[in-house]
Amino acid sequence: MKDESQPALTVAQTNGAHPDTVARALPDNLAVKCPNCRELLLGKDWEKNLKVCQKCGHHFRLSAPERIALLLDPDSFSEFASDLRSSDPLGFVARSGSYADKLVSEREKTGLNDAVVVGMGSIEGIRLALAVMDFRFIGGSMGSVVGEKLTQAIERAAAERAPLVIVSASGGARQQEGTISLMQMAKTSAALARLAEAGVLYVSLLTDPTTAGISASFAFLGDVILAEPGALIGFAGPRVIEQMMHQRLPKDVNTAEFVLKHGMIDGIAHRREVRATLARLLRLHSGGETLAGA
Amino acid sequence: MAYDLDFERPLADIEKRISQLQKRGERMRPDERAQVAELQQELARRTKELYAALTPWQRVQVARFRDRPYTNDYIKRMCDEYFELRGDRRFADDRAIQGGVASIGGQTVVLMGHQKGRDLKEREECNFGMAHPEGYRKALRLFRYAERFHLPVITLIDTTGAYPGLGDEERGISQAIAENLLVMAGLRTPIICIVIGEGGSGGALGIGVGDKVLMLENAVYTVAAPEAAASIIWRDNAFAPDAAQAMKITAPELLELGVVDSIIPEPVGGAHRDYQAAAESVKAAILRELADLKRLSTDALLDHRYQRFRVIGLQGITEVVGAAQK
Ligand SMILES: [Zn+2]
Repeated sequence: MKDESQPALTVAQTNGAHPDTVARALPDNLAVKCPNCRELLLGKDWEKNLKVCQKCGHHFRLSAPERIALLLDPDSFSEFASDLRSSDPLGFVARSGSYADKLVSEREKTGLNDAVVVGMGSIEGIRLALAVMDFRFIGGSMGSVVGEKLTQAIERAAAERAPLVIVSASGGARQQEGTISLMQMAKTSAALARLAEAGVLYVSLLTDPTTAGISASFAFLGDVILAEPGALIGFAGPRVIEQMMHQRLPKDVNTAEFVLKHGMIDGIAHRREVRATLARLLRLHSGGETLAGA
Repeated sequence: MAYDLDFERPLADIEKRISQLQKRGERMRPDERAQVAELQQELARRTKELYAALTPWQRVQVARFRDRPYTNDYIKRMCDEYFELRGDRRFADDRAIQGGVASIGGQTVVLMGHQKGRDLKEREECNFGMAHPEGYRKALRLFRYAERFHLPVITLIDTTGAYPGLGDEERGISQAIAENLLVMAGLRTPIICIVIGEGGSGGALGIGVGDKVLMLENAVYTVAAPEAAASIIWRDNAFAPDAAQAMKITAPELLELGVVDSIIPEPVGGAHRDYQAAAESVKAAILRELADLKRLSTDALLDHRYQRFRVIGLQGITEVVGAAQK
């Protein structure tokens, strides 16, 4: 099996992405400290290693544009629904400021209009619908825009009978949009019910973190579910569980390795291999002989 | 029933005066009798006024009140017959979600709901209404059962949330809830969901996807408990009343936002004042909605259900053509 592609993370061909988010490449001399093993990593080497710690293998978070560049064939991505923005449906104001202002500053910070990027693209020539969440935008939280864009991506996959890949990176539903956010769990799951009925493959890739309203909806509905090593995955945060149960938890609770052990996912894919892994699976589901119509 | 909620203090004072006078029993003078009648009228009037103007945070107190009717209180009063179905056929019988096949006004239904438990023993047995994966998988079993026998599904929602425990994670609480969302969305039989008390986040939604989603007048439906939202966004859970206000969690607000389809009126002073009246109100709503839903073909029903959730949130989205990017 060939894996000629080791894409760099510096360029993402996304319409909706700001240049600064894509190429916020650290200067060559800048060092990054690994939060896991505390090793000091040279920015240049770290980038080249796909933002994985060379010493301990810790996978740092990727932005949506970086992830898209990593996964897709170069220049194959065409984004849609990039111009959808939340108009703050509740008029939410907290002591620390208004949600409306927060949206403006998050947009400026990330160059994205909200916490997910969706579009069509290809992996080793196989066309697919892709949705990638971006943790930088209010913790990747799902409100009305994220729910709508995911639903559009799922509907596109069903309409074009193209496989769907969703990459999760989110702490859960967006509290500033209240119960509307909660309902996005139902909305995306309903769209996935139709995709399943249409017999179109859905691969869910869980990255750090995938929790709460995200894990309890579309993220755990994949026909195939993969995760990045070490990612936090679960319904509740370990601290919440400790408080509730009044006991210390083992260190691996709610990690990718934990959910694999408990039969909740199909495998763990190192970032270096994830594109090739997806390609293998997509190839199995495209073109080979099946019993359809038999 | 006493007036035990904090904000009911003025009502409790009036009630105390009434009961002091009534203690005299036969020895009550005619003017005292008149006074009792007057006070009772005042109590009714003040109760009505107070409950007509509850703040969101006060509604949270009512929705969580220990005397509020729970699922089994409704089942007892609404159903002519109820046959409980127990267990998820995989691991356990979770008492935090109970259900079975039932008859309501001549209609056979599959009915289920969160059960918080009344006394301490029942509360522990029901895990205070916080379900484990087994509760959601029992619900899933009942959804399939309903579909097989062409019976409508009624769910009563009343939970702080799914239980955040280690065993729950090991046995896939996320997967259990997620699967219910998907299956309910495509279930080929009518589904009516009613938030009777606390609609707590994913644990509520796990039995909350239906053709009609109704709320009792004083119920709340939240993406996160106001205390949790306050501690995250306000960085202090003392701001829970502010969070309750900001998150728009009450029935009238959620009706306006299209999250719920209608509001079921409660007896004056809240459902806990009169279980029978509350149950009759819920039963009337169920029968009314069922009559409507039964007119639709299954395909039309599923289309409506899909669209119902498909449009939630669209009013909060604007399209900024050409902006933001570059
Ligand atoms: Zn490291």
